[in-house]
Amino acid sequence: MGETVLKDSPIGARVPMIDSVDKVTGKGIYTDDMAPPGTLTGRILHSPHAHARILSIDTSAAERLPGVKAVVTGRETPVKYGILPIGHDETIFATDKVRYVGDNVAGVAAESPEIAEEALRLIRVEYEVLPAWFDPEKSMLAESNLIHEDKPHNIEKDYHHHFGDVEKGFEAADYIREDRFFCPEVTHAALEPHSTLAQYYPEADAITVWSSTQVPYYLKLNLASTLQMPEEKVRVIKPLVGGGFGGKSEVIPLELAAAVLARKALLPVKITYSREEVFYAHRGRPGQIVELRTGITREGRLTAVEARIIQDGGAYCSYGVVTILYSGQLLNAMYEIPNVKFDGYRVLTNKPACGAMRGHGTVNTRFAFEQQLNRMASVLGIDPVEIRRRNLLKAPCITVNGLRVLSYGFPECLDKVEERSGWREKHGKLPYGKGIGIAGSHYVSGAANAIIRSGAPHTTVNLSIDRDGVVTIFTGASEIGQGSDTLQVQVVAAELGVDLDRVKIVAADTARTPIDLGSYSSRVTFMAGNAAIAAARDAKGKVLAAAAVKMATNPENLAIEGNQVMCLDDRRIAMPFEDAVRLAAGDGQTLEATGSYRPPDAATGGKFKGGGVGPSPAYSYCAQTAEVTVDPETGQVTVDRLIAAHDCGKAINPICVEGQVIGSVWMGLGQAVQEEMMWRDGRLMNPGLLEYRSASTLESPPIEAIIVESNDPEGPFGAKEAGEGSLAATIPAVTQAIYDAVGVWIDTLPITPEKILKAIAEKKKSETQVIKTEN
Amino acid sequence: MTREVVELQINGRRRALEIEPNRLLLDVLRQDLGLTGTKCGCDDSSCGACTVLVNGQPQMSCIMLAVSYQDAEITTIEGVAPNDGDEAELDPLQKGFMVEGGAQCGFCTPGMILTAKHLLAVNPDPSEQEIADALSGNLCRCTGYMQIYASVRKAVELMRERRPVEVAPR
Repeated sequence: MGETVLKDSPIGARVPMIDSVDKVTGKGIYTDDMAPPGTLTGRILHSPHAHARILSIDTSAAERLPGVKAVVTGRETPVKYGILPIGHDETIFATDKVRYVGDNVAGVAAESPEIAEEALRLIRVEYEVLPAWFDPEKSMLAESNLIHEDKPHNIEKDYHHHFGDVEKGFEAADYIREDRFFCPEVTHAALEPHSTLAQYYPEADAITVWSSTQVPYYLKLNLASTLQMPEEKVRVIKPLVGGGFGGKSEVIPLELAAAVLARKALLPVKITYSREEVFYAHRGRPGQIVELRTGITREGRLTAVEARIIQDGGAYCSYGVVTILYSGQLLNAMYEIPNVKFDGYRVLTNKPACGAMRGHGTVNTRFAFEQQLNRMASVLGIDPVEIRRRNLLKAPCITVNGLRVLSYGFPECLDKVEERSGWREKHGKLPYGKGIGIAGSHYVSGAANAIIRSGAPHTTVNLSIDRDGVVTIFTGASEIGQGSDTLQVQVVAAELGVDLDRVKIVAADTARTPIDLGSYSSRVTFMAGNAAIAAARDAKGKVLAAAAVKMATNPENLAIEGNQVMCLDDRRIAMPFEDAVRLAAGDGQTLEATGSYRPPDAATGGKFKGGGVGPSPAYSYCAQTAEVTVDPETGQVTVDRLIAAHDCGKAINPICVEGQVIGSVWMGLGQAVQEEMMWRDGRLMNPGLLEYRSASTLESPPIEAIIVESNDPEGPFGAKEAGEGSLAATIPAVTQAIYDAVGVWIDTLPITPEKILKAIAEKKKSETQVIKTEN
Repeated sequence: MTREVVELQINGRRRALEIEPNRLLLDVLRQDLGLTGTKCGCDDSSCGACTVLVNGQPQMSCIMLAVSYQDAEITTIEGVAPNDGDEAELDPLQKGFMVEGGAQCGFCTPGMILTAKHLLAVNPDPSEQEIADALSGNLCRCTGYMQIYASVRKAVELMRERRPVEVAPR
């Protein structure tokens, strides 16, 4: 046997995503691309009222329309559900009241879209319109006409946290600032509209649902509960998903509606939302008021932070309880802050429910905090990069609210963007109208505590290795375009020492793949990655044990590299991987292996009310600079360049990491300068991609990603999250750059030309008054 | 509604169809011909996911009546690869999008590739600004467009290394 040529490890390699060939040829199948024979079109009747009692529904004319195969109303769907165990406040179709324009009143399945739409027109609903709540600050004072009877003052949930002693902290401060920030609602607007295909099998009393979901397992649980079917009779399959960003990370009404219609019609039913319906289904980032008070010493050391946060949650709980907690809990784990007080209110209003969106709960608070820090730096005459360096965490550490931080690449992120941007030559030195700003942000690498509390693993990955040495991964993790399938293939190939081509993957089919909680809170790289490593180590142990017997050595003296099992002390002694697999598996058997991941207890956070949200096994970090040009005559802001240095622990696939970081920054920029859900009396004024102003190439500046690798001790090959943590820093980096350019701070998003002009005019006016006073 | 017989030339093949005159080309492609690579992202020509080439020009099939395109040469994403999608025979743009990460969720990708196909046909060495201008009608929510520019530039590089491929192979 000659010298074996060792292949480079796939970890850190720029591996094209394994499904990319299907995506570039148009062969990849998304949910709406499927239509089994006889598939009916499902459509949903939405409420025209923001808040109304349903007095009666008459579906008889719709049912009589030829071609209509099923009509369902809330009478048949009484079971309440919700993504959080403590937030079961929705039904598939409204039973008593509608709570927002767009709420789901009835569903029809028909032979064509035209018939389905005609059937909707034939459904007669009698409403008693109720006073509606649109402003969260008014809604939280409500005494009557409550949105949910069991939620006094329309408050879904409020939390009051106090760590350390903020009064003492403020006493120690030389400078205290108070500001009020407002961030309106924004939404995911994934390019693929939500779509669900459901097929019921009456002979087995079983149902299969194909859906554009980030969370097949949670969807399965909610289908079982709302359809009142045993879990084992429900199968959820996730085809390709055309973007999620959190908008498909919980059960969306059409998924349950399609299933209930399919069961009634005894034919496959597909519902694909129109773009307008996608906007009304929403579940995006809530509008948020942040009242922030921060104390700091003359030297720029933070002494205390007090936040009062009100979130405009819409009509149902959704992820709201988690969102409001993130907004307070993740004030920490970025900088050393000894004293923190947080009062958070998740308020119900008569608008579509808000939910989880990229950077879940952290983005608006981070904008407020970073902006205030930059303002304080400006007043104290401390460089904004330097003020951050003076408040770094001393990782490894546990924050005052119980968040464990092991790896902390933020200092390096700051160094990298400071250097790449030419910060020192630019900040405060550019001509009027040009400016540069900096900010930081962070995010969890998965929640340490699952939303359904139990001691169970958060994910399990199984491997099956056939006698030809081909490895098949079985994972519940959901590829939604971020590269999770590719990542697991890379991790398993690296751990097993086999070529990438030898590793196949079966993912996100609840009948074939083990439980995984889904693609949200940036958990997949860390958790499914670790489970995949554990499964590969399990397999490797079995392979090496069998090979050791045959090769008359011990397993510790063996390694697998380049599809060969070889002796470490003499690499000429080797056998093909598949031969070793056959030895390990036994004649004619496949070799099975399994691995799972559950976060360590030390990462699960403090034992206080609400302490379960925020803890993560690891946090990503980002520092970001923005350069802008502001035209003081028109108020137009042009973002010229964005640079984000992101600590992802280890970039297992730099293509994916860069794509995620740049995509996050771009989405943050959208929120900063142009995106906004514009509501009037509960109606959305801009439910289209152009009206919502999703940026085209022409509004999108150059964005550079710098990868920082802090090698997290618990991450798979040191990796942490990459898909969300960079989003939040963009907004305050841009607002600070605007200040650097024209001397005004914008506290209300999005940063429109009108707001810039108004701020410049006010600044001029106050300067004139100062001069007058001085005279 | 009375049906009309129309012959469409799609990806170099003649397809005779009997369809209602109000049918959108997008729906005919997806539902009648099973060419589901063309996507519907917005319903109203905002996003460009439904872009196809009509006589080499990018157009949004969600606002085109199929019966109006009798005899026009239509290219969908399924017709871009010269040899029916064999990876070894992918179009340089398809390869570019794969290796540079231009396709994340992949939903805008067919429209992006077809629009870029037209760009490279009329301008084989575009600047980044020219790429951005050409793709301005195709929205993406994943990439921030940077990796899409890199993908198109990669295609330019690959095309220099070999003979360009025809838009609609026959």
